[in-house]
Amino acid sequence: MSEAGTPTPARRRRQEPLIPDGPVRASAHVCMAAGCLSMQADTVFDSLCERVTARGLTDVAVKRVGCLGLCAAGPLVAVPQKGRIYDHVAADDEAALDGVVDGLAGGEGGRPTATDPFFSHQVKVVLEHCGQIDPERVEDYVAVGGYEALTKAVTTMTPAEVLGEVTRSGIRGRGGAGYPTGLKWTTVAKTDSADGKYVVCNGDEGDPGAFMDRSVLESSPQQVLEGMAIAGYAVGANHGYVYVRAEYPLAVKRLTTAIRQAEHAGLLGPRIADSSFSFDVEIRIGAGAFVCGEETALIASIEGGRGTPRPRPPYPAASGLWGKPTLINNVETLASIPTIINRGAEWYSAIGSGKSLGTKVFALAGSVVNTGLIEVPLGLTLREIVFDIGGGLPGGGKFKAVQTGGPSGGCMPESLLDMSVDYESLAQAGSIMGSGGMIVMDDGTCMVDVAKFFMDFCREESCGKCVPCRVGTTQMYRLLDRITRGLASRDELAELESLAGMVRDTSLCGLGQGSPNPVVSTLRYFRDEYMAHIDDHVCPAGVCKMEPREAAVAAGEVAR
Amino acid sequence: MTVAADAPPASPTRDDKRWRQVDVRVRRLGARPDALIEVLHTVQEVFGYLDDDALSYVSEALGVPPSRVLGVATFYSHFVRKPQGEHTCVVCMGTACYINGAAALLNRIHDTLGIDAGGTTPDGRISLLRARCLGACSMAPAVVIDDEVHGRISPDGVQEMLEAL
Repeated sequence: MSEAGTPTPARRRRQEPLIPDGPVRASAHVCMAAGCLSMQADTVFDSLCERVTARGLTDVAVKRVGCLGLCAAGPLVAVPQKGRIYDHVAADDEAALDGVVDGLAGGEGGRPTATDPFFSHQVKVVLEHCGQIDPERVEDYVAVGGYEALTKAVTTMTPAEVLGEVTRSGIRGRGGAGYPTGLKWTTVAKTDSADGKYVVCNGDEGDPGAFMDRSVLESSPQQVLEGMAIAGYAVGANHGYVYVRAEYPLAVKRLTTAIRQAEHAGLLGPRIADSSFSFDVEIRIGAGAFVCGEETALIASIEGGRGTPRPRPPYPAASGLWGKPTLINNVETLASIPTIINRGAEWYSAIGSGKSLGTKVFALAGSVVNTGLIEVPLGLTLREIVFDIGGGLPGGGKFKAVQTGGPSGGCMPESLLDMSVDYESLAQAGSIMGSGGMIVMDDGTCMVDVAKFFMDFCREESCGKCVPCRVGTTQMYRLLDRITRGLASRDELAELESLAGMVRDTSLCGLGQGSPNPVVSTLRYFRDEYMAHIDDHVCPAGVCKMEPREAAVAAGEVAR
Repeated sequence: MTVAADAPPASPTRDDKRWRQVDVRVRRLGARPDALIEVLHTVQEVFGYLDDDALSYVSEALGVPPSRVLGVATFYSHFVRKPQGEHTCVVCMGTACYINGAAALLNRIHDTLGIDAGGTTPDGRISLLRARCLGACSMAPAVVIDDEVHGRISPDGVQEMLEAL
């Protein structure tokens, strides 16, 4: 299968942001993340600049910012001084554009964010600066307190104190598995290495329906770099790599700019903040392989090889990139670090519940009104996320399931809507936190078909190294395909269930081990749908096309 | 190396000036074997695809065995081994797009152009590709036609756009 990613934005003359010399009365923040950009947000930006200049508003700023979150209603423009957001500001909608300029000049209009549940229920730590700063100007990040945490760490704290702060914050890996970040850092810090250690930022966000890391990299790349440098200081590493998917050209571009600007400003590179600590960062671009999100596969890919995982131990913390101790953290985890250092572990650990502390970013998509990017304290219920923040299903559709964790996750039914969204509860329900994709499904979705969709994904993305994953996912896909065509028997369903257990228990890496989850969870909560396909020869959602059974064809009762 | 009979005459030769761009990139990366993926990205950006000759060139430039270069070039789905059509149509197959009817888009394109994902029309005009997820989930289902994203598109809509190309 061939693949492709989002296109690189066409080259054009670049309009500079409008920034008044004196005090700023109001500023228009034009969202330039991929969603809005694909709706011509760059033209909206140019038009707003023109209109503001034409009206002679000299104390008004117009700037480019990262993701404002409410992707469904783009292009978006926020006016933070007034606490308002303007949605559907299309490039050719004169009235909408004038409405924003009126707002800047002192008029009313737009949506108040303070009382809108989409905004008011969120707590922003990772996304604190998204939509506030221009991701391509390091001075913008510094102006909101950027690099203060790194300076604080390298000038006033010992590496052990930084480790202690991160450990006490209780933050766990945001890439999916939820391993305690402090523990991981401590292991790398304790491993001696005469010739260097590495920090790797895992930005190989491959789950379909997940775009959290991309939004962070596109909206606040300096924050990730700062987190990496702090991690480097804590564990004793001087080199970092950011691994980003080739499908995210805009994120690559903004990261490249961010690294250059940070080095130029002396915020990265040799002797940071006049300390003895040096840290540099290189970008490595993926080439379209989901398995590279697995840490040992990611290391193989950075080393220039095929991205196949290897058995652990040794863990990368002991022997990673080029055999050196390597700390691998997800984008979101690293982006949380500056705030933890600035505000302290106690502040951070007061957010969340139980063993799941802090906030989590989710990409809300599917059959939900407010599709977009949200950040919430861990421990909110699914219902609060889908119905309060997400605004429920469009057109009064009937809720059927919510899928979390991508191809390694599961589907949760209506009866679990009041479940708390934390690592333990999700695992208990047969899903995983995953990287944060959350897809809402209505009653027009066939759950067997959804399971087949994810199995097709795993089958194609299996690297082929271990047999259970390579052969098992193919066979499970074949069985699911037969069920969706109305050809399968009860015996085949039993075969599917037994294969699911075998693949889970014997695969080499997380891709194979997690691949049966969509099947197992849909069987657990939606078994009646499987049985309808098998026993009654119908797809209750009307998605699958049933074929005449083989036995009937053989007996000459029906023609194929 | 063998060249397929239907290979286009546009296949880059060693004296093609565009190799200089590749050479510059190789030098900048220190001609290290671990720069393989980066260099393959550059070759594909310059020539549009990776043919056998291009792989040999990279193998020599980085001192990496040809087997390993071929192994890497075929492992990653971003790399293509055949020239692409004049226009490209990418159908997003992310979860949100899938449950919103991406398969119906692929079916309609198959009926209209007679090609499946990964294929190019015989006249070399249009290539059809699938994307894992474009992250344009709020506009599902999404297609990208010649670098422009179109969201919330119907089978009729995609057929109209392709016929207008």
